[in-house]
Amino acid sequence: MDELSGKAHTRAGVRLSSLTPAVRMGLSIAVATGLYGISFGALAVAAGLSVGQAMALSLLMFTGGSQFAFIGVVAGGGSAGAAVGAASLLGVRNAVYGVQMNHLFLPRGWRKALMAQLTIDESAATTLSQDEAAEQRRGFWTAGVGVFVLWNAFTLAGAVLGDALGDARRWGLDGAAVAAFLGLLWPRLKGREPVALALAAGLVTAAAIPWVAPGVPILLAAALGAAWGWWGHAR
Amino acid sequence: MTLWQAIIAAGLIAFVTKLAGYAVPARWLQNPRMHRVAGALTVALLASLTVMNTLAAGAALSFDARLAALGVAALALWMRAPFLLVVVLGALASALVRWWA
Repeated sequence: MDELSGKAHTRAGVRLSSLTPAVRMGLSIAVATGLYGISFGALAVAAGLSVGQAMALSLLMFTGGSQFAFIGVVAGGGSAGAAVGAASLLGVRNAVYGVQMNHLFLPRGWRKALMAQLTIDESAATTLSQDEAAEQRRGFWTAGVGVFVLWNAFTLAGAVLGDALGDARRWGLDGAAVAAFLGLLWPRLKGREPVALALAAGLVTAAAIPWVAPGVPILLAAALGAAWGWWGHAR
Repeated sequence: MTLWQAIIAAGLIAFVTKLAGYAVPARWLQNPRMHRVAGALTVALLASLTVMNTLAAGAALSFDARLAALGVAALALWMRAPFLLVVVLGALASALVRWWA
């Protein structure tokens, strides 16, 4: 792991000036995001997953928000079905990115499948920040492949480390999960409307917890969010 | 459903969701309403997950050390701390409160 990140770092350091802006942005996003993988891996084993199960999520699902949602539901005592439901709903935004990437790159065959798997917040954001077609392409692949490699490497590190720690609550890992979700939510709270929606969704969740099966409060909040978006006033 | 089955199913659904975006004609999803739904869904889910991980103890509400983690994380985010530091501070807050209490 150290060797991997170290190598990427040196390579980026040595020839940083000769890299294009999209590649530089993709690399820095990959390093920053890849590091979260440590907290995902540690929280996954704290939630009761094995190291192999944590790795399977990072390799197959490969979309951070959904992965945190999956282990969040499992940690809260929710059913496997509720974990799948919450993770899948949170991944819906990747379809929106997919539409945009397809529009820009028009990939075919195996490239389409590979691009789809690498379509996440970071690769879409890096692509959409560039205006030139070649730069968009370089940005997508650098961020997509970079995050994939580092996210998986650091998930493994976090899972092995978390496994060695023993009782997770003594180390405050349940508090780490709370902080991680707030950290994922925070950048989206720009303006009054998302704040109001977040508070409403939080209230619905808290009110529902004592009355319905674990995992269901999240689906109620999702229904509120979908209705809010569907009927909310256009701006 | 076992945990492994759930992981494989959720992984496949995530991939098919991404791939579906590449199959959809741009005009279907590229309208303001679908963008609003996707955006609002994301905010609502993340807010719900935050509250659930703070308050839920099975099917009951529990007000414990995790509230300290929420408060400290909010403060750190407000001060523009990077994600990883926020997570570490959240862990420290709940570990310290538990150690004292």
